Amino acid sequence: MSLVNIASLPLMRRSFDWKPLWNGLFGTRLNTALTVLTLAFLAWLLPPLAHWLVLDATWTGTAQDCAAASGACWAFVTAKLRFILFAFYPQDLQWRPTAALLLLLGLLGVTALPRFWRRELLIAWLLVVGLCWVLLTGTLTGSPVPSNQWGGLPVTLLVWSVCFGLSVPLAVLLALARRSKMGGLRTLAVLFIELMRGTPMVAILYVAMLILPMAIPGGQFVDKTVRAIIMITLFWSAYVAEVVRGGLQTIPHGQEEAAKALGFGYWRTMQLIVLPQALRQVIPGMVNLAIGFLLATSLLAVIGIFDLLNAARASTTDPKWLGFYDEAYLVAGVIYFLFCFGGSRYSRWLEARLRAGQRS
Amino acid sequence: MTFLSQPGGLWRRAVAASLVVAATAFSSVADAGPTLDKIKQRGAIKVGVGTTPGFFAPGDDGQWKGFFVDYGKALSITVFGTPDKVEFTNSSPQQRLPALQAGEFDILLSGVTVTIARALQLGFHFGPTVFYDGQGILVRKDLGVTKAAELDGATIGVQSGTTGELNIADFFRKTGKKFTPVTIEETGEFINALESGRVDAITQDSSDLVGKRTQLKKPDDYVILPERLSKEPLAPAIAGGDDRWQELVNWTVNVTIQAEEWGITSKNVDEFLKSEDPAIQRFLGVDPSLAQATNLDPKWAYNIIKTVGNYGEIFDRNLKPLGWERGYNNLWSNGGLLYSPPFR
Repeated sequence: MSLVNIASLPLMRRSFDWKPLWNGLFGTRLNTALTVLTLAFLAWLLPPLAHWLVLDATWTGTAQDCAAASGACWAFVTAKLRFILFAFYPQDLQWRPTAALLLLLGLLGVTALPRFWRRELLIAWLLVVGLCWVLLTGTLTGSPVPSNQWGGLPVTLLVWSVCFGLSVPLAVLLALARRSKMGGLRTLAVLFIELMRGTPMVAILYVAMLILPMAIPGGQFVDKTVRAIIMITLFWSAYVAEVVRGGLQTIPHGQEEAAKALGFGYWRTMQLIVLPQALRQVIPGMVNLAIGFLLATSLLAVIGIFDLLNAARASTTDPKWLGFYDEAYLVAGVIYFLFCFGGSRYSRWLEARLRAGQRS
Repeated sequence: MTFLSQPGGLWRRAVAASLVVAATAFSSVADAGPTLDKIKQRGAIKVGVGTTPGFFAPGDDGQWKGFFVDYGKALSITVFGTPDKVEFTNSSPQQRLPALQAGEFDILLSGVTVTIARALQLGFHFGPTVFYDGQGILVRKDLGVTKAAELDGATIGVQSGTTGELNIADFFRKTGKKFTPVTIEETGEFINALESGRVDAITQDSSDLVGKRTQLKKPDDYVILPERLSKEPLAPAIAGGDDRWQELVNWTVNVTIQAEEWGITSKNVDEFLKSEDPAIQRFLGVDPSLAQATNLDPKWAYNIIKTVGNYGEIFDRNLKPLGWERGYNNLWSNGGLLYSPPFR
């Protein structure tokens, strides 16, 4: 138990008290053993890591310079970062995905703050997503770029935010349907949710790629990225629906009955009484889900969309810079980590804030 | 989490196979018009490519480069007269054939191996083989071995669970020599095993081996033996249903091979315009009779050679820097397997 305390102790105490730290590290025989083991592990791990990352690394030059050195090849990252971030998007038009990326990141930042949670935010999202689409396709600026040349971080973020954004309202409807008293509707919702949750995302992507174009009329003219977005939205909505249902279950039934007694109809009861409370309950859970979904977007690679990870992988196949897998994956890993770690810290902060709001 | 679970191995193959079947069932709807009409209407050829160094990979400027990419550009010249009316899209090995059947691509230039099952069971059509790949063996030079048959008692790294494992066992059974297989799971581990001396040689498809060799610290200490233990003829694949499109693919490849046979390169093609040889005059469109008879632009062969070069130039530009030898991928007159039917 004391191990758990060590991590938080030095941060929490302003005036430093050595005793609990000492007790935590060497208090019992087990703790001493664990401390020694951890130190030994770090001593074994850190020096080679430092050598690879910094001391023996190559910062500038060519692949030949890197091959001669034993450390990491940061020159590769310098040469290929543009490709990892934007993949095959034409170089001279790269301000467009950059602008789309900044717009999305900016709006994500704004969305994270509860004080901006208003109707206008929805409109802002519609505008920004539409603008990103226009920027990437370039339909208005005159030099269109087909979606097979899109790639990298803007695509990862666009697919992720659009799919998650669309799946939430769909999920609310699904969760309500699953709790509905109308038998047919309930069965349909259960069937849909369980079918989606019982299918791997890869299979869903194959359906988007191969079945959808033939299943819907004119489907082969719908862009592959759009088809992927449609299927992923349906798929994720099943997961979000289950989280929303969890929130709905926490609302005492008496509230619905009270609303009915006051003459509220079903939709008004849900809209004004049940959903606001239920959704507030599940926001941290949804943030967690969103983080997992961000990582899942890397599966887009199986249908040939160049998401961030696929672009990082492809960057290692340039004959001039062959085989710097470690560096490429490290860069992609750091980017994913920043988003996910940021997301999980945000989730904890939000949870605390919402709980505080509830108490007052 | 379940949504992250990837179907592996058998399950993946089952999905891919059932998708091919489903795609075939629908394909009459998807392929309503001939491919060539669709291409011309769209104004671009949709080409599916993979990602393998030298064959198709992003270059310095972030655009597709490689051996098969050049054939995509050559096709664009055949259909449109310019090399840039082609859209390359990445396609993973699991989904490329179903996607071709579904009409997502007009052609796969992604290194598809020609097999009878793909041709007759799945109904795909193949152009001429543009690259003869096959399982090879990469050995340390200090073993003093120049032929695979001379390997005796060697320790050889093989990828576990692949046909490569069976092929090498079959090969040694035939030669009657002994070897010790070391199964290696992770493909990146092959380099470590070879450099640390844990194995004397490694065996994989030679396209993989060539890439691996350049990643070794001292590539010149290693050599790929000339034998191939399996046949992997890589060819353009199309869905069928458009004979004209199929023939354009065939003869685009043939132009590059025939040009090399005559010694016509991107540099000297203008001098060949003055050639007295009637066959070359027909080929380059100086005498337009053949082009008129075949309903092609008289300059199409000239444009392909001028822009992407002959087979040898395409090979040297993309694969030679990686250490590829011509081997089987040489003209029939130089001991290789490349042979173009006559242009007449």
